[in-house]
Amino acid sequence: MSPAPKPPVKTGWSIGIVTPRIGLNIAVIATLAVVPAYAALTGNAFALTLFTRVVILAIAALSLNLIMGFGGMVSFGHAAYLGIGGYAVGVLAKEGIGSGFVQWPIAIAAAALYALVVGALSLRTRGVYFIMITLAFAQMVYYVAIGLDRYGGDDGLTIYHRSGFGGLIDLSNRTLFYYLCFGLLLAGTYLVWRIVNSRFGMVIQGARSNERRMRAIGFPTFRYRLVCFVIAGAMCGLAGALLANHTDFISPAMMHWTRSGDLIVMVVLGGMQAMFGPLIGALTFLVLEEGLSRLTEYSNLILGPLLLVVAISIHGGIDGLIVGRRSG
Amino acid sequence: MAEALLEIDGLTKRFGGVVAADEFSLMLPAGELHAIIGPNGAGKSTLIGQLTGEVAPDSGRIRFDGLEITNLPVYRRSQLGLARSFQVTTLFPDFTALDNVALSVQAHSGHSFRFWSDARSEIALREPARTALARVGLAERAATLVADLSHGERRQLEIAMALAGRPRMLLLDEPMAGMGPEESIRLVEQLRALKGAITVMLIEHDIDAVFALADRISVLVYGRIIATGDPAAIRSDPAVREAYLGEGAADG
Repeated sequence: MSPAPKPPVKTGWSIGIVTPRIGLNIAVIATLAVVPAYAALTGNAFALTLFTRVVILAIAALSLNLIMGFGGMVSFGHAAYLGIGGYAVGVLAKEGIGSGFVQWPIAIAAAALYALVVGALSLRTRGVYFIMITLAFAQMVYYVAIGLDRYGGDDGLTIYHRSGFGGLIDLSNRTLFYYLCFGLLLAGTYLVWRIVNSRFGMVIQGARSNERRMRAIGFPTFRYRLVCFVIAGAMCGLAGALLANHTDFISPAMMHWTRSGDLIVMVVLGGMQAMFGPLIGALTFLVLEEGLSRLTEYSNLILGPLLLVVAISIHGGIDGLIVGRRSG
Repeated sequence: MAEALLEIDGLTKRFGGVVAADEFSLMLPAGELHAIIGPNGAGKSTLIGQLTGEVAPDSGRIRFDGLEITNLPVYRRSQLGLARSFQVTTLFPDFTALDNVALSVQAHSGHSFRFWSDARSEIALREPARTALARVGLAERAATLVADLSHGERRQLEIAMALAGRPRMLLLDEPMAGMGPEESIRLVEQLRALKGAITVMLIEHDIDAVFALADRISVLVYGRIIATGDPAAIRSDPAVREAYLGEGAADG
């Protein structure tokens, strides 16, 4: 049998060294960097609110991309980590512990611990079973939160003071808070980039591609996947702490299963395995959602089919569209 | 006789009423190239599964290099130096050929809880991987995605990955399957070059290749070895001729 040469990979067009992907990423990051200035100049405070939300949910989507995009672990309960991180901040605030130096590490640790338990049980299963178990755990956490009468139960809990960091940074300054979230997003993206290209990342990606083979060449895949799951959980717990500070409010709705679905949509929309895919996905999703809800109260009737078309027709999400990734 | 590297003692495995391994026993001295042949359904895949750890035997013991491995998980056996190739090519299609082999090197160079430095620029992983690729004649295809390799090249890559872990022993599960005649000949030459340096258990349908390569051959029928011996002895064994080779098939 002779080698069957295939046509070279289509890499799309470029202007100098600026490929479309780099161009888009730079444009998105530059836009996000000037949002506070725009909001201040135009007096449009809502823009800052919307984009703070975009950046925070992009961190959540980033963590989901690590396990789902790179690791092939489709978690349908990722909003639970947002909730756990948020509740850690809210509950501690209510109990009189207002320091962010306490609240945030606890938010991260609680989410990581939850990920360890969920991962240890769910990672023994595959495919649709994995999806259902992660969903079931998230629903459990959701109903536990509803049952927490002291912390508002179904109605949720208002947080009267944002996390305090002494004189270091005042989170009630909305511009500063925005830049903190934005900085954490960029740092998180860099961290994920380092992880997926490290030895650890090779194991995670290999296990996505062919786990049986990974074991056959000598990798105990379970422990690597579990650690990856915990890293993602911790990162999303931080996003939850940010979200609670952003809305000054926590409620079980933070971790409703539809929110987990939204995060999956953001990752797929932006392009799985694309470094800035989660950010672009979160941006597109939330801006579309906001814009359409102003046009009509039936916005989901438009948004839903639109996302479906994107998911079916564009292989690799927006990133795939821009880069011209091969389909199939 | 040299010291036994692999000792299989009384291995038995039933699937419902089907006996896939029936008191299977075999000793492989270090350095031997031992072929297992047998008709379809003889239990060859079950044997491979039990040796690699994907199938748990009902009874019996497997010792590798003096160590009992009967109940060890798949990855531990690989780390001990028992490497395998797959009958159906199973690689990492979205990685390059070099990435595939480098993963195999990585599996045998300590733990992989290293989160920061770029694995693709680690000389400690890339150099041994290049050497293994060159050994099977794939040096020039290092940067090619597995998805773009031909069938024969993928089979060679399988062997490069098995070699990259510096195994004590290779389990080759029908390495010639689906290869053209020229590719088969090249692979036979490459396997011949490994002889002596590495212990090999070769499970193969290509009788010509088996008789050309093997030091000893075992014939497996219904989970049981009906004969073990050098190629000449197997060729002339009447029970083998009846059960497997068929009358007149042994003169080729």
